[in-house]
Amino acid sequence: MTGAALLAILSHWRRHPLQLATLILGIALATGLWSAVQAINTEARASYARAAEQLGTAGADRLIPETGMIPLGQYAALRRAGWQLAPVLEGTVRFERQSFDIMGVDLLQHPLAAALSEAAEHDGVPPLDALLPPGRLFAHPETAVLLQASQTVHPVTALADLPRGVAVADISLASTLLRRPDSLSYLLVLPDQRPGLSPLKELAPELRLAAARSAASDTARLTDSFHLNLTAFGLLAFAVGLFIVQGTIALSIEQRRGMIRTLRSLGVPMQLLTGLFAAELAVVALAAGAAGLAGGFVVAAALLPDVSATLAGLYGAPVDGGLSLRPGWAISGLAMALGGTFLAGSQALIALWRMPLLAAPATRARGQQASRSHIAGAVSGALLIAGGFLVLNIFQGLIAGFAFLGALMLGAALLLPMLISAGLRFGARLAKRPFAEWLWADTRAQLPGMSLALMALLLALAANVGVGTMVSSFRLTFTGWLDQRLFAEVYVTASSDDQGAALAEWFDAKGITALPRRYSDTRYQGAPLRIYGVTDDPAFRQNWPLLDALPDAWDQVAGGRAVMVNEQLARRYGIAPGSLLQLEPGWDLTVAGIYSDYGNPNGQVMVSLPSLLARAPGIPNRHFGVRVAPEQISILIRDIREQFDLPRENITDQATAKARSLAVFERTFVVTAALNLLTLGVAGFALLTSLLTLWNQRLPQLAPVWAMGLTRRQLARTEILRSLLLAAVTAVLALPLGLVLAWALLSVINVEAFGWKLPMYLFPLDWLRLFLLALLAAVIAAALPARRLSRIDPAELLKVFANER
Amino acid sequence: MNAKFFLWAAAAGWATTAQPQSYAGLGTEAEGFAIPQPGTQLSFPADHGPHPDFRIEWWYLTANLEGPDDADYGIQWTLFRSALAPGEADGWQSPQIWMAHAAATSQDQHLFAERIARGGVGQAGVRAAPFEAWIDDWQMLSTGESLENISLSAAGNGFSYDLNLTADGPLVLHGDAGYSVKSASGQASHYYSQPHYQISGTLELQQGPVKVTGRGWLDREWSSQPLAEDQSGWDWFSLSFDSGGKLMGFVLRGESGDFTSGTWISPDGTAEPLAPGAFQAAPLEYSDVEGRKIPTRWQTSLPEKGVSVEVQALNPQSWMGTSFSYWEGPVTVTGSHSGTGYLEMTGYE
Repeated sequence: MTGAALLAILSHWRRHPLQLATLILGIALATGLWSAVQAINTEARASYARAAEQLGTAGADRLIPETGMIPLGQYAALRRAGWQLAPVLEGTVRFERQSFDIMGVDLLQHPLAAALSEAAEHDGVPPLDALLPPGRLFAHPETAVLLQASQTVHPVTALADLPRGVAVADISLASTLLRRPDSLSYLLVLPDQRPGLSPLKELAPELRLAAARSAASDTARLTDSFHLNLTAFGLLAFAVGLFIVQGTIALSIEQRRGMIRTLRSLGVPMQLLTGLFAAELAVVALAAGAAGLAGGFVVAAALLPDVSATLAGLYGAPVDGGLSLRPGWAISGLAMALGGTFLAGSQALIALWRMPLLAAPATRARGQQASRSHIAGAVSGALLIAGGFLVLNIFQGLIAGFAFLGALMLGAALLLPMLISAGLRFGARLAKRPFAEWLWADTRAQLPGMSLALMALLLALAANVGVGTMVSSFRLTFTGWLDQRLFAEVYVTASSDDQGAALAEWFDAKGITALPRRYSDTRYQGAPLRIYGVTDDPAFRQNWPLLDALPDAWDQVAGGRAVMVNEQLARRYGIAPGSLLQLEPGWDLTVAGIYSDYGNPNGQVMVSLPSLLARAPGIPNRHFGVRVAPEQISILIRDIREQFDLPRENITDQATAKARSLAVFERTFVVTAALNLLTLGVAGFALLTSLLTLWNQRLPQLAPVWAMGLTRRQLARTEILRSLLLAAVTAVLALPLGLVLAWALLSVINVEAFGWKLPMYLFPLDWLRLFLLALLAAVIAAALPARRLSRIDPAELLKVFANER
Repeated sequence: MNAKFFLWAAAAGWATTAQPQSYAGLGTEAEGFAIPQPGTQLSFPADHGPHPDFRIEWWYLTANLEGPDDADYGIQWTLFRSALAPGEADGWQSPQIWMAHAAATSQDQHLFAERIARGGVGQAGVRAAPFEAWIDDWQMLSTGESLENISLSAAGNGFSYDLNLTADGPLVLHGDAGYSVKSASGQASHYYSQPHYQISGTLELQQGPVKVTGRGWLDREWSSQPLAEDQSGWDWFSLSFDSGGKLMGFVLRGESGDFTSGTWISPDGTAEPLAPGAFQAAPLEYSDVEGRKIPTRWQTSLPEKGVSVEVQALNPQSWMGTSFSYWEGPVTVTGSHSGTGYLEMTGYE
């Protein structure tokens, strides 16, 4: 009996292959986008962990200075207290063509030593040569090639186990390159310590012990916000996909009511029937989930290079290009598919379970039933939105921001049917002629079947408006900021310090204003901090993009009494103009102003150059911003090139510098834009499927109208009109939601994730484009059912009056 | 003269395992480094300090100790200096590398530890006056003006010691006024000792702290080319007899024959260098140590002084499993003379 019942149930799909395709596609889409995001996140995180491991920092705790660097003497003192520590000095070095991150380690102490010495021996070099001038650089083969192209003084050994972009060197070389002969970035606490040592807290209270796990995930912490962003998008796509699934499952069970009644009359127990339906769902979910996983893998592999570029551009985080298939990822993806499908089908299954034995497969009294559920939905939607605002006000942080966004979006979606219904009722009141009146009423009657698709459309459109507004606002702000920040006409980078000095003299002799860009890298409260030393030049006063400042800010900075801090640092530590900032023990400065510093994940401050040089006399002097009249630019560049042996790329004019920065910016949002578009595609598809699935149910309602004299062609036009109308109303409602979303992204999420707040700009033309896109989606979605309607055999319509349905 | 010609290799192989061929050839070239010269007058306290122009150098202290229950113990404290290039420079640019070994031995335990450090940054070093030699938290510290009174401490996993040493005899210069020849082809080192330490202090092993007393022997040696090319290892004895005399003797094992030498030290501290071949040592019994066959009982003799003694390891398993491994441990002496001492054996692969 079970077999026969199963066959009967499954026969439905033979008659409705499109419905089956819709169901499978819905699940696959939901699973696919979600899994793609998960794959990207997992891969990126694995990359960070790998990099930490490759740099030998994964297993060991680290001693990090709260402020500034660790004096070399303190390292010796801690060693003499018995602690087994490995010193590390980090920084950035610019060789002729390119900058590199340098990690200097004591090759006799660091966990990496074994791998490095082996690599050197493999190259036929005595490993200890790395301790003597000219030293030796170790790098990933790709980075090694760049290092060899950029300099020839220090031999390079390639080692595939190192992360890209980092050059490892013995600390004797690193301290020379970084000009830090007597300070260290941090100390690795080696695993083997003898018992009975005095606690580090007592020996070095100014150093913070960072646990191995957090040390390994420094990058992970920095990029968490980015990954959370992606996850949110993945979840959105998943939810939109489930809307399709829910509608399809409900319809498939609804359409089998007759069969169910027959089967039950034949004696099939309800338990068995429900079980069979559940099994059917599970099989479909697993098959579709597997397809979704495959699709997700492809999407992830396609997006990963852009994600890598984004992460590298924003955070300097290394992500390798390759994507690997992880069993855990596949299992969790399938579980998501299964769970999601049952979540979406639960309502239909419960309804099935509770169905009276002989319930008629009657056409539902849709209108009344709907309005009740509209009100329930609207109430819970309103409550959700209120809850979201509450969360935002009570809690802080990125999670709260996303919780608010989630509540806002879902709440608005739940409110949608009631709003549209109200709109339609209002429209109906305006209707004068019977046909129009029927149209309004029929549309309202159709609403329950379409509301899920419309919700999906609403979410996709709102996300599009929100994210689009954020990206465009950011671009506008960023461009303006670049104009202010890159005020020098030409940027010159010397190949060496000697050349830097020569350049400075040459500029001086020619009476050209060249502003040196000199900095020293250190730490503030354990996090990286870059201290720039600036000369007192009117250009800063005129151009520098200050967000907030004391009245005589630049005078105070020039006098060495004050410091300018970037927005990230100010927000992270609640710094305001007027407060005190300790850059190093004994070096406390008043905060004179806060400047915007987009695209930089780390803290940065500006002090007067003389006061920086007093603390860090050896910092390189290779970068210059040159002020020159626009018509002199090309002459100046030519003169510099003639006078000094500088590679072309070491001299950049303002326009090129801006273009480069903008290119980095554009790449940053490629992934966001791609996900955005995919979500919109899913929503359009949802609209199509719901119209298609409604099509069969619509016949009983259309047949009487046809019988009264409306042609099939007129009816088809009406279908398209109705679809357009619903999409238009949804799009109009999506606009304010999208703007609230944009506000939340700009003022809540960005601040938490990146440390900067952006002004919001409005782009009505973009909205118009999106509106038209939504209408286009509606037309395309309605076209297929409409075409069918216009060509339907009149006999089919006549059957409506004859058949039971 | 003990000690690790391994050292150069030790430094050279901070990560690789010991390879016999990696140290064998190292004694021969000394480009840029100073070479020990006969007739050099050692001067103190300056020569207690480091000689960075020479490739290798060590401060090497061994002691035979006794607990309250007459149990015998031995300790070793060694600081090696190895130069990658001659001379000294500031900070990380220093070409000097330091390595230290510490060990504590009883009849049934042998515990050891190793430390490695860069020169120039304060993690390790030696100062001549007031004398101080240190690496991490291990130190040998003069409590007076010179080497006569020193305190010595080290700690590793499972052991530590804190000892006070007082010399009751003069420094001993080996060879020709401290110029000690190491092979028939002329390799040599500068070499002196303070073999007259009386010791008291605390030794802590796994079972807890023990008050100990005993005697100690400090060796100081520096060179740039200490081994001949064919020499593969050595057996080195420092023996203190109950009668008051002391004997330092070594056998350098080479393909073209063994080279032996040493110093006889009278009870009053007068040193007599031994002619090559005067000192003799022959293994009597081998033990399985870490998969190697190592002689742990010896017959040694110095006929011209009427010495013919059996030297027996206190703990045959005194293996130093450090970056460069060797056998080093306390011994007891019986026969024509009785006493205690230390034995070091290298090159047993």
